Amino acid sequence: MKNIKNRLGPMAALLGILAMLYGISRGEMAVVLAKAIKICMECIGIG
Amino acid sequence: MAKKTKKTGERTRHAVQAIWAVLTNNYFKGFGDGTIYTGKFKNLCVPGMNCYSCPGARGACPIGALQATIGHHKFNLAFYAAGFIMFIGALIGRFVCGWLCPFGLIQDLLHKIPFPKKAGAFKGDKLLRLLKYAILLIFVILLPMFAVDIIGQGAPFFCKLICPVGTLEGGIPLVLLNKALRGAVGFLYAWKNSILAVIVVLSVIIYRPFCKYMCPLGAIYSIFNPVSVFKYRLSESDCVKCGACSRVCKMQVDPVKNCNSLECIRCGLCIKTCPTGAISCGIMPLKQKNTEKSADA
Repeated sequence: MKNIKNRLGPMAALLGILAMLYGISRGEMAVVLAKAIKICMECIGIG
Repeated sequence: MAKKTKKTGERTRHAVQAIWAVLTNNYFKGFGDGTIYTGKFKNLCVPGMNCYSCPGARGACPIGALQATIGHHKFNLAFYAAGFIMFIGALIGRFVCGWLCPFGLIQDLLHKIPFPKKAGAFKGDKLLRLLKYAILLIFVILLPMFAVDIIGQGAPFFCKLICPVGTLEGGIPLVLLNKALRGAVGFLYAWKNSILAVIVVLSVIIYRPFCKYMCPLGAIYSIFNPVSVFKYRLSESDCVKCGACSRVCKMQVDPVKNCNSLECIRCGLCIKTCPTGAISCGIMPLKQKNTEKSADA
């Protein structure tokens, strides 16, 4: 049981990398960039 | 006083927090002319709460990125931002909160302001800590996903209605520096500034109120605390159950009961305080002594 618990962290990290790569492959990074390079009106309390 | 600070390692932690804040917010030109950085680094998330509309920000806020993608009419699910948060959480858990979050540093410094009666745990504190999970679910995930406009675009509801980080790091400097934005402020700006004011005042009395009760990023990282690669360990054979660690913990965690608690921000104060050196931290060892307790939920 402890062994499984010890492996959960590395497994989740790997899953995170795979999810990131999948997200990048379907163009999510462009959405993040488009949002981040313009002043976010919602964030600053105007929009 | 200075000697005490050095002994607890707080000065080192604050130095790391400050260095990290400068490294991720070093677009100094933005602070001069009221603009933001528009380079390619902005498609990379930073691990802590750091508004991408902060004039100095070089990277993207993971919670903002998560909402932007969830709310996007084309996507609905955010694999990139969620994967990034999962990766960081699985590696170090809430170590980010303690060491790499600029808003955490601000709250830490505010709490150093003297006040006659600093509040520790109070009635309803445990229940209130669940609020951050509700905020994560409702304002970061469900509302951007389902409360959409005619083209299917959802707004970043957490940023819009709650986030005091955006108000402090983006709203206040940009409105002060940018004349066009100054003319556009209204009720929402006043509302968000009120939330920020409450957090600032509470931070003097309560240690890190935003992290304890409101932060959706801390809520996600907390889930990874018990299983992350970087962990805390308690040697039961060395522990004399003196209670020094739980007394010194500003997040009201008892490391003897659970040294990888969901609420632990891994500031390291318990490690420095333990008289017998029973608490340690590091990368999850492959072999553990039977006497050590590490990943209790």
